[in-house]
Amino acid sequence: MTRVLDQPVRPKAGETPGDRAARRRALLRWIAVHSLGVAAALFFVLPFVFLLLTSLMSDSQALSRDLVPHTWEWGNYRKVLDTPGFLTWWKNTLVYAGLGTVLTVVSSIPVAYALAKFRFRGRGLALMLVISMMMLPPQVVVIPMYLFWAKQLDLSGTLWPLIVPMAFGDAFSIFLLRQFLTTIPDEYVDAAKVDGCGELRTLVRVVLPMAKPGIAAVALFQFFYAWNDYFGPQIYASENPGAWTLSYGLESFKGAHHTDWNLTMAATVLVMAPVILVFFFAQKAFVEGVTLTGVKG
Amino acid sequence: MAAVTYAAKRRRAALRTLGFLSPWLIGFAVFFAYPLVSTLYFSFMHYDGFRPPVWSGGKNWAYVFTHYPLFWPALRNTLWLVVVMVTLRVVFGLGIGLLITKIKTGTGVFRTLFYLPYLAPPVAATMAFAFLLNPGTGPVDSILRRIGIPAPGWFGDPTWSKPALTLLALWGVGDLMVIFMAALLDVPAEQYEAAELDGASAWQRFRYITLPNISPIVMFAVVTGVIQTMQYYTQPLIAGKVASGVIQGAGTQFEPGYPDKSTLTLPQLVYNLGFQRFDYGSACVVALVLFALSMAFTALLMRRRGGLIQAGDRP
Repeated sequence: MTRVLDQPVRPKAGETPGDRAARRRALLRWIAVHSLGVAAALFFVLPFVFLLLTSLMSDSQALSRDLVPHTWEWGNYRKVLDTPGFLTWWKNTLVYAGLGTVLTVVSSIPVAYALAKFRFRGRGLALMLVISMMMLPPQVVVIPMYLFWAKQLDLSGTLWPLIVPMAFGDAFSIFLLRQFLTTIPDEYVDAAKVDGCGELRTLVRVVLPMAKPGIAAVALFQFFYAWNDYFGPQIYASENPGAWTLSYGLESFKGAHHTDWNLTMAATVLVMAPVILVFFFAQKAFVEGVTLTGVKG
Repeated sequence: MAAVTYAAKRRRAALRTLGFLSPWLIGFAVFFAYPLVSTLYFSFMHYDGFRPPVWSGGKNWAYVFTHYPLFWPALRNTLWLVVVMVTLRVVFGLGIGLLITKIKTGTGVFRTLFYLPYLAPPVAATMAFAFLLNPGTGPVDSILRRIGIPAPGWFGDPTWSKPALTLLALWGVGDLMVIFMAALLDVPAEQYEAAELDGASAWQRFRYITLPNISPIVMFAVVTGVIQTMQYYTQPLIAGKVASGVIQGAGTQFEPGYPDKSTLTLPQLVYNLGFQRFDYGSACVVALVLFALSMAFTALLMRRRGGLIQAGDRP
């Protein structure tokens, strides 16, 4: 039945009027569904389009009601990149997101593996605690954490209070990886052990190669998390503009150029672009990861 | 003899498990358990970060619930967001998920376009919407005026700031779309075929086949939506800041919630009390309220069959 609906109608020899009516209905349905699809696509895409168009307008035009630039001011992007600090924020963001991602993946894998494949007392409890940590707003523990990092270790004004904890496993990554690892049949693990592999070797040689999609999803999520994080840098890095990240610095950009919407939008595009590019290269892993967090048990 | 080797084996297995879990065990103790206990401790202390903490009994608690002017507005806003934003996001996400399963031509392109906004960094997305909706210069405002609809003040108007945030949240519905799409494709095709033979209408098929099949996922989306609302921080804060025209930098204090406390959420209160008013004790009270609410909904999530936690009860 659905296969019939897939095909747009073209008259066929030996068709009864009833068949033709059914095919016309199918065609109408195809048109209705795809018109809705185009309408929805406009809703999702137009904000990006207006953002790009405004980022290429002149200062004065960005303040008008115009939708399309009269002159295409590519120099706006040059101006943004030349803003003092902007490149430092890029560098800081890459360090935070890059280093944080590596640390998270390396520290979360063994934990996820143990939760997925070892049998031990308290495993259910451990998993429950992981999920509780995952659902905890970062603001709940921020006061003692800030006092710890700022007053005892004197590390405020840097991103280290955000990077170091990632070396101790991240709840969301552990959970997602564990979900993925449980889908790998125990037989592979057992076979490796029969061949004389220890747990660590089994993990590295047998399980990890099979878990690549899960690891890729976790790495992407973590990278995006750090890239997008506003609260963390606000707490620990706000006092030192040399340690700001893009997400945090972007807002000050609006402050410094309060009426230059064109420059602010160009900066906004530059903050969004890497995330979107990374997504296009790793789309499959990402969508798989989103599905994994919710649906698969 | 055999008993000894058995015990030794068990000890080795326990050590192995501990070894694999160790990164998280340390993380759990240092970044979860200790600060949580410490938050409870500070909620009974008067502490400004300069003079040593002093026991103050229930004063912080009384202050937050009766005198702190931002607490109840923030809680009311959270309730509004739970009722309106979460509901609309789930309905819209389900609608877009349904739509994408019906689209047969260019499915991949549509899916990518629908998903993309979810990835936009929150600060960037909020700034973009602040501009798009900005009265006078924003494209959405211009278009609404051109077609003769009076455009509201959006982020600058207390009655429209939360609807504007809801619009932003609907734009980023990609996560729910993907989850619903997967759930919809899992509904057994035979059930639809049987219903069609019985002459069920499209609505009846949706109501009596689709909905019952995906109801665990709908529940999952609602509960995680509520939990996300408890954490809702960056978007309302940035929207308020941009709309108020406050310039960020040393010495500027932005009282969150602009306009007229309409964008306040609980996490913003922790920042306001702790890092703007230097009242760490009261900040910890709000943190504990936030903790209690989040955990209550997380418990709801874990008790559900299907959905998120089902894997946890395997032996």
